[in-house]
Amino acid sequence: MKNSALHLAGLMAATLFSSTALADELRLGMVLEPPHLDPTAGAAAAIDEVVYANLFEGLTRIDQNGAVLPSLATDWSISDDGTRYEFTLKEGVTFHDGTSFDAEDVKFSLDRARAEDSVNAQKGIFAPITNVEVLATNKIAIEIANPQGDFLFNLGRGDAVIVAPESAETNQTNPVGTGPFKFVDWQQGSKVILEKNPDYVGDDVYLDRAIFTFISDPNAAQNAMLAGELDGFANFPAPETLEIFEADPRFNVVVGSTEGETILATNNKAEPFNDLRVRQAIAHVIDRQAIIDGAMFGYGTPIGTHFAPHHPYYVDLLNTYPHDVAKAKELLAAAGYESGFKATLKLPPPTYARRGGQILAAQLREIGIELELVNVEWAQWLEDVFTKKDYDLTIVSHVEPFDIGIYANPDYYFQYDNVVFQALIEKLNITNDEDDRKALAAAAETILADDAVNGYLFQLAKTGVWDTRLSGMWPNSPVEGNDLTQVKWAN
Amino acid sequence: MRMFKQFASNFRHPSFAIGFVLSAVLIVLALLSLVWTPHPTDGVNIAARFGSPSLEHFLGTDFFGRDIFSMLMAGALTSLRVAVLAVGIGMVVGVPLGLLAAGHGGWLERLILRFNDFVFAFPAIITAIIITTLFGPSAINAMIAIGIFNIPVFARVARGGALSIWTLDYVDAARLSGLKVWQISVRHVLPNILSLLIVQATIQLSLGILAEAGLSYIGLGTQPPETSLGLMLKEAQSFFLAYPMQAVWPGLTIIIFVMALNLMGDGLRDQMDPKLSKAGGINVAG
Repeated sequence: MKNSALHLAGLMAATLFSSTALADELRLGMVLEPPHLDPTAGAAAAIDEVVYANLFEGLTRIDQNGAVLPSLATDWSISDDGTRYEFTLKEGVTFHDGTSFDAEDVKFSLDRARAEDSVNAQKGIFAPITNVEVLATNKIAIEIANPQGDFLFNLGRGDAVIVAPESAETNQTNPVGTGPFKFVDWQQGSKVILEKNPDYVGDDVYLDRAIFTFISDPNAAQNAMLAGELDGFANFPAPETLEIFEADPRFNVVVGSTEGETILATNNKAEPFNDLRVRQAIAHVIDRQAIIDGAMFGYGTPIGTHFAPHHPYYVDLLNTYPHDVAKAKELLAAAGYESGFKATLKLPPPTYARRGGQILAAQLREIGIELELVNVEWAQWLEDVFTKKDYDLTIVSHVEPFDIGIYANPDYYFQYDNVVFQALIEKLNITNDEDDRKALAAAAETILADDAVNGYLFQLAKTGVWDTRLSGMWPNSPVEGNDLTQVKWAN
Repeated sequence: MRMFKQFASNFRHPSFAIGFVLSAVLIVLALLSLVWTPHPTDGVNIAARFGSPSLEHFLGTDFFGRDIFSMLMAGALTSLRVAVLAVGIGMVVGVPLGLLAAGHGGWLERLILRFNDFVFAFPAIITAIIITTLFGPSAINAMIAIGIFNIPVFARVARGGALSIWTLDYVDAARLSGLKVWQISVRHVLPNILSLLIVQATIQLSLGILAEAGLSYIGLGTQPPETSLGLMLKEAQSFFLAYPMQAVWPGLTIIIFVMALNLMGDGLRDQMDPKLSKAGGINVAG
């Protein structure tokens, strides 16, 4: 009954609004507008979501499964000790302003990114680089201090794209890259328009134009989609409305995964959370599926530790502290909180936090923990929670790929200080062998789960909605970006 | 006893009777939520969400599996509280201003009137946006914003009513006997314009509930986990296509509540019409 009602709603919308896109134009919706368009000078994911792989390219690129592919570098070799990389560059490439691309541009870009005064948001990627050497116009060598397993992956991220010295300073407003699309126009507050680059060296793209439209309000986004004003959203902002799209024959709902581990971050130095038994009690009483269902309408994968379930190193630790209210009460009593206690839970704006917080509060109430929910804006969250560590609990999604290393920093806002764990991460960072890395990562994951450092909730899903006639869109996002190079319309 | 008779005669006025009964029911339900609701409003039961109306949940359940009827009771209380306190702010500040303007006259009156016009120029929503930009969104800030908007309304009504009282002989007598302006205002003017103020308060109460709903709806008022009628409407909006009834219930409650208070206010005003025509119009809409 309900389903047919949904169909009816979809059909009505389809007949009421019948504007269609040009065959070779893509109108993609995004929630956030980028602050500027230079991916080498900002942390905002929205920048990469417009320019990554479309407008700017790096030496390598990441495909939709997280694998490293050639890009501006067509080939490379690694020295036996794993500290020297030699890249052969693609030839005949020009930037969108007509200037040529060669090894000097690569050296310029990498030196700029690792310089003292660099404004790159991921300076850590470039920190291991000790030297960048131009061997020929199409050959470059990069030396790094220690062997590093994910160096090629990192070079494929948006922060490591190659820019030209002539245009680097103006990329924020007029981005000039080497990619298959070039920048046309940015109507601030509304959209960015890219157009096919006719001089691109490499596989032709299928689209002639790509328009990124920024709509932050989920209801407006839904209406724009139903009215046919947009062709898709790579990550639709409101999971509760996906049901409507699923019932609508015009759209595909594609559920993928992101790198976002959503956690109940816990201040490990604050009373009473410095007591392992209290954290264990919380872990025992958290019902992950209820949070996923209630806050995210079922979209999300439960996690038992701070690691992405789709990663090959992931270990299933969901049952470290199975849902067990009686056990949780016992642990709390053993820690001296028989009748529970009061604490605050600070909630940043996203739905997963605001809604998830209410559900968590209800769950923790079962063992006598009364949470006061405090809604905070992002700026305030960064200031109070992240910087000043003035909090008990908070809910947040950590969206960086492979970011388990943050737990090795005792000054990070979790305030988790475990020398065994720190030694493990240190070793992992300099280990190159795949099996060894996997074993080290698994050990690190297990320690975090056992110590119940944070409440591990779920991996954020990437819920894409787009026109059924579109193909080539990424279901997952192993890196921030909307790679349009393979996107095309069916005839 | 006299009051009771007055009350009983009011009841012969149909719109007052309807408005009073509906308001009373809603207010009693809202107050009841302080001590009892059919189901807890802070519980979350995901398995039971979006439930259809049943014997147990006779308006169904919301997106957290909470009983909608219980949520409406608690939401009505928040809305009522915001509206009552906002009316309180308006009366406490506005009435003395109006009395002062009427009693003192001259430059002070002109000053107060211009101040009134100035505040009046800002609709409650603009005031609320300014306040929430400065202090963040919350029910308290919404209350203050609506309260500020109420100040000139009550100042105007109080002044209008007071002006007509000031022309009466017994006020002259009081003045001749040496009473100061404020003493006359408090002892003789205020009691005589009280009915006027009560009527206006009833109408402002309904506007306050509407304004709170509006502010919460656009995210500037009550924040979860608290609830209010406007917030329920806002939360239901994102499910509207799939679960339209989620939005219908809080919407209907707001309509009934506002209509009931307005009917009651209108009825009261009609009863007092002879006095009102002398006092000048009080039909101040928001």
